Amino acid sequence: MYVADSRASTTAPATSAEGAARPRAGRRRAAVAPTVLALGTVSLITDVSSEMVTAVLPLYLVAGLGLSPLGFGLLDGVYNGFSALVRLVGGHLADRGGGRHKWVAGFGYGLSAACKPLLLLAHTLTPIGLILAADRTGKGLRTAPRDALISLSSTPETRGRAFGVHRAMDTAGALLGPLAAFLILRATVDGYDAVFTVSFCVAVVGVLVLVLFVPGTSVKKANASASVQKANASPSVQKAADRPTLRAALALLRRRDLRRIAVCALLLGLATVSDSFVYLLLQRRLGVPDRWFALLPLGTAAAFLLLAVPLGRLADRLGRWRVFLAGHGALLLAYGLLLSSWHGTALPYAVLVLHGCFYAATDGVLMAAASDSVPEELRSSGLALVQTGQALARFVCSLGFGAAWTLWGDRSALTLAAAALAGCAAVSFLLRPAPIAKAPA
Amino acid sequence: MTRRNRVLVLVAAVLVLAVVAVASVLHASARADRRNQAQPGGPRITAGTVALTGGGRMVFRNMAWGPHRDELTTVPASDPAGARTASKVKCLRFYAASGTGVCLQAVHGAMQDTYRAVILDARLKERAHYDVPGIPSRARVSPSGRFAAWTAFVGGDSYAGTNFSTRAAIVDTRTGKLTPSLEAYRIVKDGRTYRAADTNFWGVTFAADDRTFYATLATKGSTYLVRGDLRSRTVTTLHANVECPSLSPDGTRVAYKKRAKGLPKDAPWRLYVLDLRTLRETPLAERRSVDDQAVWRDDHTLVYALPGDYGADLYEVPADGTGTARRISTAAVSPVFLH
Repeated sequence: MYVADSRASTTAPATSAEGAARPRAGRRRAAVAPTVLALGTVSLITDVSSEMVTAVLPLYLVAGLGLSPLGFGLLDGVYNGFSALVRLVGGHLADRGGGRHKWVAGFGYGLSAACKPLLLLAHTLTPIGLILAADRTGKGLRTAPRDALISLSSTPETRGRAFGVHRAMDTAGALLGPLAAFLILRATVDGYDAVFTVSFCVAVVGVLVLVLFVPGTSVKKANASASVQKANASPSVQKAADRPTLRAALALLRRRDLRRIAVCALLLGLATVSDSFVYLLLQRRLGVPDRWFALLPLGTAAAFLLLAVPLGRLADRLGRWRVFLAGHGALLLAYGLLLSSWHGTALPYAVLVLHGCFYAATDGVLMAAASDSVPEELRSSGLALVQTGQALARFVCSLGFGAAWTLWGDRSALTLAAAALAGCAAVSFLLRPAPIAKAPA
Repeated sequence: MTRRNRVLVLVAAVLVLAVVAVASVLHASARADRRNQAQPGGPRITAGTVALTGGGRMVFRNMAWGPHRDELTTVPASDPAGARTASKVKCLRFYAASGTGVCLQAVHGAMQDTYRAVILDARLKERAHYDVPGIPSRARVSPSGRFAAWTAFVGGDSYAGTNFSTRAAIVDTRTGKLTPSLEAYRIVKDGRTYRAADTNFWGVTFAADDRTFYATLATKGSTYLVRGDLRSRTVTTLHANVECPSLSPDGTRVAYKKRAKGLPKDAPWRLYVLDLRTLRETPLAERRSVDDQAVWRDDHTLVYALPGDYGADLYEVPADGTGTARRISTAAVSPVFLH
């Protein structure tokens, strides 16, 4: 089995509260926890709703309202950084008072749902920008509590699979959303109002599934685990365990394992070229026809969808860090293919599969790995810290990559990114939380 | 609450929401049927022949509800509100000169819409077509009819993002040679070669020499008027804060939309005319925010679209800053004046 970190290894294997609640014997083949399936369903439904809107928004602005979406791009930058901060707030709020994850996440989902009918009323750029900013605030608030709930409701040895199942369901929703929007636009003429109304109805169903079928985290359970963890926690974290505060959340970074995970995520994030650049490079280097351009993200998403569960299971067996680093290896391979002189027709497919593989091996797996190093009562804050660090690092990478592209051209910029990724992966390999995986039982 | 009750609540809620959702789709599709009926009081439209030769006519995309919605339509230039003749050719955007037209169309696919630019001859027959990578917005043909250009908004550059970029393409209709993006051209800014990953071009307008063109270049949050050279494949910045330029028939001035200070973010533009020799700007009498690439009816008058009851209406305003704007046609967009 996979022994998560030094904390678990100093005590008997799997003595955390979750482990005790769900004995691992005979559980390896068991399905994921009902809570994970419920949360996956919520994410699937919510993503159908939000991607419906995303898919038709450019068309709505240009063809429906006669606006030019360029002005909209200006507003977009303003709330990009904002959502990273909101994520920390959501993580912290969920931990306060001993596990209000469900209600903070529910508020986030509810806020996004409420934004959909407002789109019917907005006809100019500023209100549309504000509504989408509120929508993103909801997304920022709900992400960390939701991931904390997934990790809290699964055993340490099946966490990778649990996150894999969740991410697969989430991505399925993201793929179905544009299809639903397109079918509605086909059935109507200029039926943007119908798209927004249906999107709202779907979002409400998502909130209802959360409220009705996702159990709230019980304070009792969090306290029980706190007592287990006090034995090994540093004094500052021990104090934090009694009442989660903002300082306690920041004190998490004093935990060696979490710090290492955060640093690795940050380093690798600094060398992760944003999706849009990957698609642009794919188009430029390989001459992907213009009409296929909009379909490139779908290729990544499809590979993510298919590989999320198998790679999550693999992470449970082989060790999360191995799979996490191997995922970056897949990304490195994708960069290598983009740089190579091979121009076969299979190349775009290979790059997109590797790109989806990268997401499948890293997105949920990182959360599973981070969960092992954060005490339950600070789970949400800890996951938010790692996510925000990673997001900010990727943002810095985008700026740097854009500058390198400007100065030296796309090929040199990608070579630089590949070298940086290889270097960061090597450092991450040395920094990885010890001890790493043992062979599966 | 027991599990059974929770399931019952969910089922009941899903039923109610499904009714709302289906009703909204039915309402929108019923509205579609109404839009296919000509409205009383709307412009008189008959099917007929539309040609891109012969002067004194205006050709545009008809936006009036009814069987000829979105079709290329013509009226006498002297009576733009008069009876319309529709052609059966549907375009989102259109432009023409010297018997050559460019029509930006949506192609409805099984999974999603794609877009293409169709080069039309004087009788609106297709000569060639090219893929357009996103939602098309601007279209122009050079005065001789040899070159055509279009701009598309490209989403999909960022997954689930709301950021947009533009691609401006130019094609030589004689040789079929396509430049899919002006980003391939060398940019000269302040006398030096300028490189940036975030450059966007839009709103090409051609001079009569079949070599010079003007366009908007955006980079680092600013927009510039650039003069392009089709032979040396360069663009040179001329003036800041210029979008969607439109060159006058005599080639001396550019009409454009300018982001004016103190205006709301959602309606930031005013129409101006720039004298290319003196670089002097003249604000026009139109006081509303115009988000269109204006068209020169002649050397003294500009025509442009503003949102209206049926999508868009056409207005005209003197090019020298005097007079007032006045509506010349309803339910119309993308006009071109045949000379």
